[in-house]
Amino acid sequence: MEFLLNTGTPVEKFIVMGIAILLFVAVMAIVLFLTDRPRMPQWITVLAFLGPAAVLVVFGLVYPAIRTIINSFRSDNGQEWVALANYGDVFGNSALRLVLLNTVLWVVLVPLVSTAVGLVYAVLVDRTRFEKLAKTLVFLPMAISMVGASIIWKFVYDFKPTERPQTGLANQLLVWLGFDSQQFLLTWPWNTFFLIAVMVWIQSGFAMTILSASIKAIPDDIIEAAKLDGVTNWQMFRSVTVPSIRPAVVVVITTIAMATLKVFDIVFTMTGGNFDTSIVANEFYTRSFVRGEGGIGATLAVLLFVMVIPIVVYNVRQMKLAEEQR
Amino acid sequence: MATSLGLAGVTLAACGSGGGSGGGEDVDEALSSVDVACEPYEEYGDLEGTSVSVYTSIVSPEDQAHIDAFIPFEDCTGVTVEYEGSRQFETQLPVRLESGNAPDMAYVPQPGLVERLVTDFPDSVFPVGEQAEANVDEYYNKSWKGYGTVDGTYYAAPLGANAKSFVWYSPGAFEENGYEVPETWDDLMALSEQIASDHPDAKPWCAGIESGNATGWPATDWLEDMMLRTAGPDVYDQWVEHEIPFNDPQVAEALDMAGQVLKDENMVNGGLGGVESIATTPFGEAGLPILDGSCFLHRQASFYQANWPEGTNVAEDGDVFAFYLPGNDTESQPLLGGGEFTLMFADRPEVQALQAYLASPEWSNAKAKVSPPGWVSANSGLDPANLKSPIDQLAYELLTDEATTFRFDGSDLMPAAVGTGSFWTGMTNWITGEDTQSVLDSIENSWD
Repeated sequence: MEFLLNTGTPVEKFIVMGIAILLFVAVMAIVLFLTDRPRMPQWITVLAFLGPAAVLVVFGLVYPAIRTIINSFRSDNGQEWVALANYGDVFGNSALRLVLLNTVLWVVLVPLVSTAVGLVYAVLVDRTRFEKLAKTLVFLPMAISMVGASIIWKFVYDFKPTERPQTGLANQLLVWLGFDSQQFLLTWPWNTFFLIAVMVWIQSGFAMTILSASIKAIPDDIIEAAKLDGVTNWQMFRSVTVPSIRPAVVVVITTIAMATLKVFDIVFTMTGGNFDTSIVANEFYTRSFVRGEGGIGATLAVLLFVMVIPIVVYNVRQMKLAEEQR
Repeated sequence: MATSLGLAGVTLAACGSGGGSGGGEDVDEALSSVDVACEPYEEYGDLEGTSVSVYTSIVSPEDQAHIDAFIPFEDCTGVTVEYEGSRQFETQLPVRLESGNAPDMAYVPQPGLVERLVTDFPDSVFPVGEQAEANVDEYYNKSWKGYGTVDGTYYAAPLGANAKSFVWYSPGAFEENGYEVPETWDDLMALSEQIASDHPDAKPWCAGIESGNATGWPATDWLEDMMLRTAGPDVYDQWVEHEIPFNDPQVAEALDMAGQVLKDENMVNGGLGGVESIATTPFGEAGLPILDGSCFLHRQASFYQANWPEGTNVAEDGDVFAFYLPGNDTESQPLLGGGEFTLMFADRPEVQALQAYLASPEWSNAKAKVSPPGWVSANSGLDPANLKSPIDQLAYELLTDEATTFRFDGSDLMPAAVGTGSFWTGMTNWITGEDTQSVLDSIENSWD
C-alpha cells in the first residue's frame, strides 16, 4: 500500500482520489447520522457542523498567518530575531518603496476606473436592442483566467521596431497612424498604467453586471416620477440612478479593491516585476521563493494583510447597513 | 533511433515521476547501440539486488535520457536506480533532508547549493568516494574538483556541463561579406565596426535578456565573460567569493566593456529596436534576426541551439553556427560554463558505485548516445563522435582543451539574493539606462 503515499501512475492517483472522496462521504454520513436525532443536545449539533470547518480554518488560515507574522520579525533564513529590521528595510529601500507606491496606484485606480466604466456602460446599454450582446462582450474577459488575459495583452503591447512588421496590436495602430512604435512596458509610471488597463479590462465586466442588475431593480415609480418632473438624462443619472444603487457601487468598489491588492498574475506574467512595475503580491513571491529572502517576503505579506483589513471592515459594515435598511 | 526514443519518452512521461528504472522495450531497442560490455563495471563488486534513489530537478522530457543511461550500469551490476525528478527540487531537497527522508543521491545544479547543503546538513552529506574521486582526477579538468569542494573536503562529482562563451553567427553571411571568425577580442570589435559600416540597415549585434522573473540573466553572463577577459580568472574568483566588492573598479571596467556592445546604438539591437529593446526581447528570440540578415552576432551559450526554428541547420557550413567568444589574445582561452553535480546522502557501496559510474567515461558515452542534441559533459573520456550536434562537439572540445581556463557561471555561485536577485535586476536596470557605477553600487549593497 506504499503507493498511497507516493503515487506514480495515473491509475494510482485516481485510486487515491477515490479513497479521499469515499472518506469525505463517510465522515459526512457519520456526522449527519449522529446529529439527525431528536433530543440531541444542541451543542453537539453545533460542534459537529462547525468543528471540521473551524479546524480547517485554524490549520489552513490562522496558523500560517501567525507563522508569517512571526517570520516577519526573523532573519531571511528564519534563524534569528531581527525585531523591526525587515520593516525598516521595506520602508527604507527605495526599490521597495516604489513597490508600495505602485500598489497604491493599483488600489486607487483599478476600482474607481473599473466601476466608472462598468456603471457608464450599464446605463448606456440599459434597455437597448443589443443589451444582451453588448453585456456579453464586456463580461467575457471575466471568463478568461488572469494569466490568459495577461498573455493576450502582452501580445497587444508587443514591441517591434517601426520599420519592421508589427506583431502587437497597439503598436500596429500607432504605426498605421504614422507614429513610431513604443515600448509600452518599459518606462515608469506609464508601464504601470498599461498594466492597470488590463485589470480594468477584466474587472469592468464584473462591475457592469452587478450595477446593471441593481439599475434594473430601481422601482419604476421613482423613474416615472422623475420623468414627470421633467429631468434631463444627466439629472436622472446623477440624482436618481446613482443614489438608488449606492450600496451596490460600494460593494463593487471594495470587492475590486480587494481583488486588486492580491493581484499577482498580471505583473508576474507581463513584466515579471521588472522595469519598476512590481507590486506587493509579486514582490512577496519573488523575495520568498526566488531570492530566498523569507524575512522580507513575510514582511510584505503582513503589509498586504494590514492594507486589506480596512477595506474588508468597510465592506462588512456597508453590507450590514444595507441589510438593516431592508 | 531518435523516433523510438521519442516514443519511449511519451509513454514513460505519462507515468509520472515514480517510474524507477523501468525502461520498456522501446528503450532497450534504443540502447542496443550502447556497447554493453560489462568489464568496466566489475570493479564495483557484487551489488545484485540493491537499489539507489536519485533525486533531481530534471523532469520530463529531459529525464528520459538520464533514466536510459542507467541501463548499462543496472544490467551489469544488478543495482536498481530509482529516478525521481521534481520541479520543486531546490525547495524540496532541504525539506527532505530536515525530515530525515533524504534520497541516496541528488543532482545539484549549482555549486552554491552544494555549499549550502554541506553547511546546513553536515551529518547528511557524504564526501565523494575513492573510485569516483579517481575518475574525476583522471577525466576532468581540475577546476571541476574545486567547485565540488567545501572547506577542503571533496563532496560533489561533476555530471553534465555546458559552455557559455559562444557567439552565434551565420556562416553564409560571413562568407558572402568576406568576414572571418575573429580570434581576439580586438578582432571581434573591429569586425563589429566593419559590419556596422558595411550594413547601415542592420546592426552587428542582437541581444535579449527578458526571461519572466529571471529577466537579466543573459546579461549577467555577458559581465562574467567580460570579467574573465579584462580582470582574469583570479580576480573573477575573488569577485564571485566577494573578496573584492561587487562595485570594484575592475568590475566596472568589465561592465563598460560589455557596454561597448550592449549600450551602443551602433552595435545593437539588430532587427529588434534600440538598446532598450534588449530588456524586453525574450532571450530565446534574441538571436533569430541572424536568420534574416538584420543582425550578425549573438552571444549565447551552446544550449541556444534548441531555440532556432525547426529546419535550421546548425553546423559550421549550415545556416547558423557559433564561434568561441575570443579572449584578449590567442594565448588565453577563458571559458564560462555551468553544470550539475552529484551529491551523496548515503555511503552504501551501491551509492558510491553509482557516483563513480556517473563520473566515468562509460556513463558520459552512454548518456551522449541516448540524448538528443544539446547535451555535453566535461569528461575527457567522452568520444565526441557520440555527441549529436556539431555545436555540442565544439563545446566539448573547448571544455576539455588543456589551454582552456574554465570558470563556473558566477551567478550560480553567489548567494541567492544576489545571484538570482539583485544581479539580475541590476543588469536589467543597466540596460534600461542606469549607469555602470550606480548599478554596481546597488548590487554591492544587497550583498551582506
